[in-house]
Amino acid sequence: MKQYISRRVGYSLLSLFLLSLTIFFFVRVTGDPAALLVEPGASQADIDAIHHQFGLDRPLWVQYAIFMSSLLHGDLGQSFYYRMPVMGLYLSRLPNSLILAVVAMGLSLLIGIPSGILAAVRVGRFWDSVGKVFALLGLSLPSFWVGLVLILVFSVYLGWLPSSGAGTPLHLIMPAFALGWYFAAAHMRLTRSSMLDVLGSEYVKLARIKGLPQSLVIAKHAFKNALIPVLTLAGINLVIMVNVAVVVETVFAWPGIGRLLYEGIAFRDFPVVQGVVIMGGAMIVTVNLLIDILYAVIDPRIRLER
Amino acid sequence: MSTQAETIVLPARFRWRRVSLRLGDFPLIPTLILVGVALVAIFANVLAPHNPEIGSLAARFRPPFWQTGGNTRYLLGTDQLGRDVLSRLIFGARVSMVVGFTAVIFAGVIGTTLGIVSGYLGGWVDQVIMRLTDTWLALPALTFAIFLAAIVGPSMWNIVIILGITYWTRYARVIRGEVLSLKEREFVRLAVVAGCSKWTIMWRHILPNVINSAIVLGSLMLGVVIITEATLSFLGVGVPPPQPAWGLMLSDGKQGLMVGRWWLTVFPGCCIMLMVLSANLIGDWLRVKFDPQLRQL
Repeated sequence: MKQYISRRVGYSLLSLFLLSLTIFFFVRVTGDPAALLVEPGASQADIDAIHHQFGLDRPLWVQYAIFMSSLLHGDLGQSFYYRMPVMGLYLSRLPNSLILAVVAMGLSLLIGIPSGILAAVRVGRFWDSVGKVFALLGLSLPSFWVGLVLILVFSVYLGWLPSSGAGTPLHLIMPAFALGWYFAAAHMRLTRSSMLDVLGSEYVKLARIKGLPQSLVIAKHAFKNALIPVLTLAGINLVIMVNVAVVVETVFAWPGIGRLLYEGIAFRDFPVVQGVVIMGGAMIVTVNLLIDILYAVIDPRIRLER
Repeated sequence: MSTQAETIVLPARFRWRRVSLRLGDFPLIPTLILVGVALVAIFANVLAPHNPEIGSLAARFRPPFWQTGGNTRYLLGTDQLGRDVLSRLIFGARVSMVVGFTAVIFAGVIGTTLGIVSGYLGGWVDQVIMRLTDTWLALPALTFAIFLAAIVGPSMWNIVIILGITYWTRYARVIRGEVLSLKEREFVRLAVVAGCSKWTIMWRHILPNVINSAIVLGSLMLGVVIITEATLSFLGVGVPPPQPAWGLMLSDGKQGLMVGRWWLTVFPGCCIMLMVLSANLIGDWLRVKFDPQLRQL
């Protein structure tokens, strides 16, 4: 177990290292990073000052060392637009993003799991087809367009819901749905296939042979086991949600990390853009590590395999 | 993730029963849509009634022809610069098609090459490539693409490159897995005995055997790539204005939404949806048809 965890942690650290290297490399290979780091309209003297301040006139490996050491100190640079550290900005927006992601996730599970079970129990029948269409649409519709259409219908024509901003639970409904549909589709598909696997297994057959009613077989025997992969996926998806919410947050002017990223692009605020990517990658690596370890704790077969 | 028979097209089951008897479960309608969009993209110059990039300011915000205030000169209305929406949609098809296909092929070439090299050579090469793939998978794809686009600046070909280097990982993973089993097969061993070089084996013996999977994956990736392109354009780091890209049109149309200028939002979105839906249906069908091993994806 110890060996397994240390190997996993090692891999994660390696991933984080490669991640920082990738970002460092791309910024420098595509041009002069000073041009990205100064405010638009800066003079040559300013650019030279930036060169010196960030050590861009020093050898590459020294630059990387500086970059890494500030990262390890939690320093993601200074935002031009807000005139404050990117880390502070990020952390101040994170709660909003998490609220949106948690609500969207709840919605997607609330839709995805029951409809997936229904589809699996009624395989090939009417509800299965309805579920398929729902899933296909969810996977094919761009979330920002869903958001725009929702605004058009519920804010412009019906006037039921506020079109943008945050503050009340009403503000959450449309963004959560626009963000959650895609994930509801993914969760539905996985629940369905996982449920089908479980329903075909020996112990479910045994439960049926024992003469248990269908509802009891599904609720007590099949459901719980079918849920494991879905909940794992949901755990990873929660982090992914925070990171893909950029368009939905832009459409609904939701003050989360995605909106921060959009502002970073719009105001040419490069440290913000870079900071959001680094933090996103770090979050995903960390959650993957946690899930791997959790799996190993639950399932001894995993920690023994190489 | 999904099981067999994921390809059902609902209308096809009811309306096209006679046709589908002969074609099996071939996704006829999606194919027609995709071919249609391709033809529209090719013949955009001929089909578009107006110049997509130049409008007349006198004719701003005309609604579609069936609404009051619209006329048949601008069938689907005009935008904030008086440009014809229909013409922009038609030329937008060209952008989506070109970006979608070239990006998928570009990602496929990177991913397949790395997958084959990694799987066949094994050892430290395999370790390095797979670590790299894992790292890439840990990157939030959309955010990473935005980050790259923000560095290199907006242009259509930059987007193709960015999408390529964002989405190659899936190919690399799947192809490597296949190569691992292929390289134990007789024909590869015979090629080794016959004295073929490693590169010859990879190029002439392994590649033809994995190309099917690469194509299936590519068709599944097409939808993802088109949506990402639209997203990047929507956020202003994709195809630069005044080029007519669907995502860009949505971004422009967003402003008019609150005053009810629905045609600027609904039409481009429908185009994206139709194209992605078709690509997904065809991809699913190909997956089930050609490659049972990929059914678990």
